[in-house]
Amino acid sequence: MNIQAQERPWFIASLVIALLISLPIFAVVYLAFFPDENAWPHLLNTVLPSYLLNTIILMAGVGFLTLAIGTGSAWLVVTYDFPGKRWLSWALLLPFAVPAYVVAYVYTDVLEYAGPVQTGLRALFSWESSQDYWFPEIRSMGGAILMMSLVLYPYIYMLARSAFLEQSISLYRIARSLGSSPLQFFYRVSLPIARPALAVGLALVLMETLNDFGTVDYFAVRTLTAGLYDTWLNMGNLGGAAQIAVLMVVVVIILISLERYSRRQQKQFNSRNPGAPIPSIKLTGKYAYGASALAFTPVLFGFIIPFMVLANYAVRYFEISWSNEFLTYALNSFSLASMAAIITLILGLILAYSKRMNKNKATRFFVGFSSLGYAVPGAVLAIGIIIPFAALDNFVDGLMREYFQFSTGLILSGTAFAIVFSYSVRFLAVASGSIESSLDKITPNMDMASRSMGHSHLSTLIRVHIPMIRRGALTAMLVVFVDCLKELPATLILRPFNFETLATQVYQFASDELLEQSALSALVIVLVGIIPVVLLDKSINKKQL
Amino acid sequence: MQLYKSLIFTTTCLILTLFTNSAYSSEVNVYSYRQPFLIQPIFDAFTRESGIDVNVVFAKKGLSERLKREGRNSPADLIFTVDIGRLIDVVNKDLVQGTSSTTLSNNIPSQYRDPEGKWFGLTTRTRSIYVSKERANLADIQRYEDLSNPAWKGRICTRSGKHPYNLALIASMIAHHGEEKATNWLKGVKANLARKPQGNDRAQVKAIKEGVCDISLGNNYYYGKMLNNPDQVEWANAVHITFPNQADRGTHVNISGMALTKHAPNKANAIKLMEFLSKKLAQKMYSEQNFEYPVNPSVEPSGLLQSWGNFKSDILPLSEVANLRKQAAKLVDRIGFDE
Repeated sequence: MNIQAQERPWFIASLVIALLISLPIFAVVYLAFFPDENAWPHLLNTVLPSYLLNTIILMAGVGFLTLAIGTGSAWLVVTYDFPGKRWLSWALLLPFAVPAYVVAYVYTDVLEYAGPVQTGLRALFSWESSQDYWFPEIRSMGGAILMMSLVLYPYIYMLARSAFLEQSISLYRIARSLGSSPLQFFYRVSLPIARPALAVGLALVLMETLNDFGTVDYFAVRTLTAGLYDTWLNMGNLGGAAQIAVLMVVVVIILISLERYSRRQQKQFNSRNPGAPIPSIKLTGKYAYGASALAFTPVLFGFIIPFMVLANYAVRYFEISWSNEFLTYALNSFSLASMAAIITLILGLILAYSKRMNKNKATRFFVGFSSLGYAVPGAVLAIGIIIPFAALDNFVDGLMREYFQFSTGLILSGTAFAIVFSYSVRFLAVASGSIESSLDKITPNMDMASRSMGHSHLSTLIRVHIPMIRRGALTAMLVVFVDCLKELPATLILRPFNFETLATQVYQFASDELLEQSALSALVIVLVGIIPVVLLDKSINKKQL
Repeated sequence: MQLYKSLIFTTTCLILTLFTNSAYSSEVNVYSYRQPFLIQPIFDAFTRESGIDVNVVFAKKGLSERLKREGRNSPADLIFTVDIGRLIDVVNKDLVQGTSSTTLSNNIPSQYRDPEGKWFGLTTRTRSIYVSKERANLADIQRYEDLSNPAWKGRICTRSGKHPYNLALIASMIAHHGEEKATNWLKGVKANLARKPQGNDRAQVKAIKEGVCDISLGNNYYYGKMLNNPDQVEWANAVHITFPNQADRGTHVNISGMALTKHAPNKANAIKLMEFLSKKLAQKMYSEQNFEYPVNPSVEPSGLLQSWGNFKSDILPLSEVANLRKQAAKLVDRIGFDE
């Protein structure tokens, strides 16, 4: 391995980051070596095959649906002009602010037997009871796929849209002059070019799906995650649970490698920022309204309906849910999420940039390894963090007690730092993936030019790359921020005493199927989640126009 | 850029210092598997009486692992659970210490505490059978064993067989009848289910109201909660709450409970809180606000609870139920109860 002196700091930085981030994963692997009993004979003989099958069906379903909704709507708002396009183009991001389990809860409420839809149908057709008609069961595999797709598609939409926006107008002109229609341009040019971004988005969606517990638990869809918690909590076998977690990580590694392998020989660069955006085609008449309706559908089901249901509850249960601590919860959520967003952004930049410079296998491996945290279910990750943190704390304490007769107690464990660390481990993949896909599109000529003018790597990164990938980086930060706001299991397990965030507050009630009593907190998560969506979207658009 | 960096750095440092561990002298720290909104009023009453603050971390998973890894430096004094399984778990992992308080042993019957004082029950809750007022005859469903009667085919609803409350019930069936009979019983129940196990206990009563099924399993306090919720009262009104097996061994009960951690830094305060919770005021609050039965025999259950009638509870030691939990979980998998 030959690393030049100037690149060495970057190499070392990525090594250090990878080591830190993978600490909890190593802890989980370590646990997997010490199961209380061998869980596999029992699991393999009984439930594991169906857990695995359910997981695969769920991932395939959500993957397909989110790709269709995300790419389709991004293409629509970038390529065409239709009524409401301006606000729809950011409104399509809104479902991202709604946690999946909240959507699941809301739709169960709306669609179940006693809900307004079925009650209305019964009144309309004068049916007496559930025996008189057929209605799809929302608490099912199909329901879970639908619910998760409704809130996860923005990952793909967001990345696809920036990718489409970044595409050069010259490509479009060439394609059109060679006689391709806008649709053909989409299939033959836009989509292949956007593929790295779509792949990143899809990978995020699939990892979120793999590790969702709230929705599948509520809908009684037994996936690997369910098996993991069952082995841990009901069979008291944490080691066995860690083994399942390792299996899940392996699934993710396979997914990521497949994607990388499939585009191993592709290289894509935008030679420069596109001078002007690709002109959008103005639709008229029924086409225009059709397009509006199409783009509006995901917003309606992924955001407006859940929002209205929550708002309705929030008003009706206002007295129960309103408390003075409200601002504190919001502040806690905000500070944790923004710290984590900044940290992951910086770490992600270092990793992605060092990968760009050092094309060696080791760097690639480090960067790949640092994104595995996203694949580990939150609660397991939390245990993976407790282990090294508590070990370090107790080690320091032991030393101090021995030499200075003084106890330092726990320094890192049970602090907000542990939570921020867990967010960084979990969501670094989001930041580095999206930064990487933006960086990939900048031609190395830029680097060479800047370097030949005597700028260091750092200076090149700050003066050349960061301004060019600003859009991708902002997107990355936004995603991490909102993800952190919604994160639950790790926050619950790692938090200090009397420490509530909006999400933990919602969970307290929602976990007892009393969401209506915490609808206000849920609503605030959603509203707070909207603010960065609006702000960042504005800044993306400003640069674009 | 420079400005940005220093700004970010300062805020980060500031917020981190705000959040780091801080200790007060007059406090007691609780790791709770139970939602704080259910116990906060009782803790508040304790603070008013004693001047001792109660700090809580609530999570449904992972607290015992946290306690274990924090070791002798753990700030936690007490651990609260909502079922016997988790309680015995922390005892088996050697995370707790025994305590011998006469107040506790006077207030809590020996059946609901560890002989060495390593765990204490605070309230009991029955695993009741809810029966539709319209579509089922109370006389036909007197025992848990009746749930496997083919007459109920397609008429029973329940939450996941893997839920701790159901696991405890299944464990008690294994204890009373042996694994083989318990297996056949559970298969019979599975064959009678109206739908795949889902939702919580309350959702099953709702399903009875909606005509999906006629019989469900559920803890008693949900009945009280539904009666007190204007949106849910009609679900509760659609059913009778029953206490099974009155003619023989008695109704299966579980406990919510507490244990003193091994390295409790505020041990004296913790024992004060434990004693407080076993006394009249706290026991009354549990009964009146959460609709659970007091463990303290000198405290009457709330009027609402009494209106549901007296019952005899199964005296099978809870530690036995806890020890059979894993076997019960495997049984649930083997017969595919949740599929």
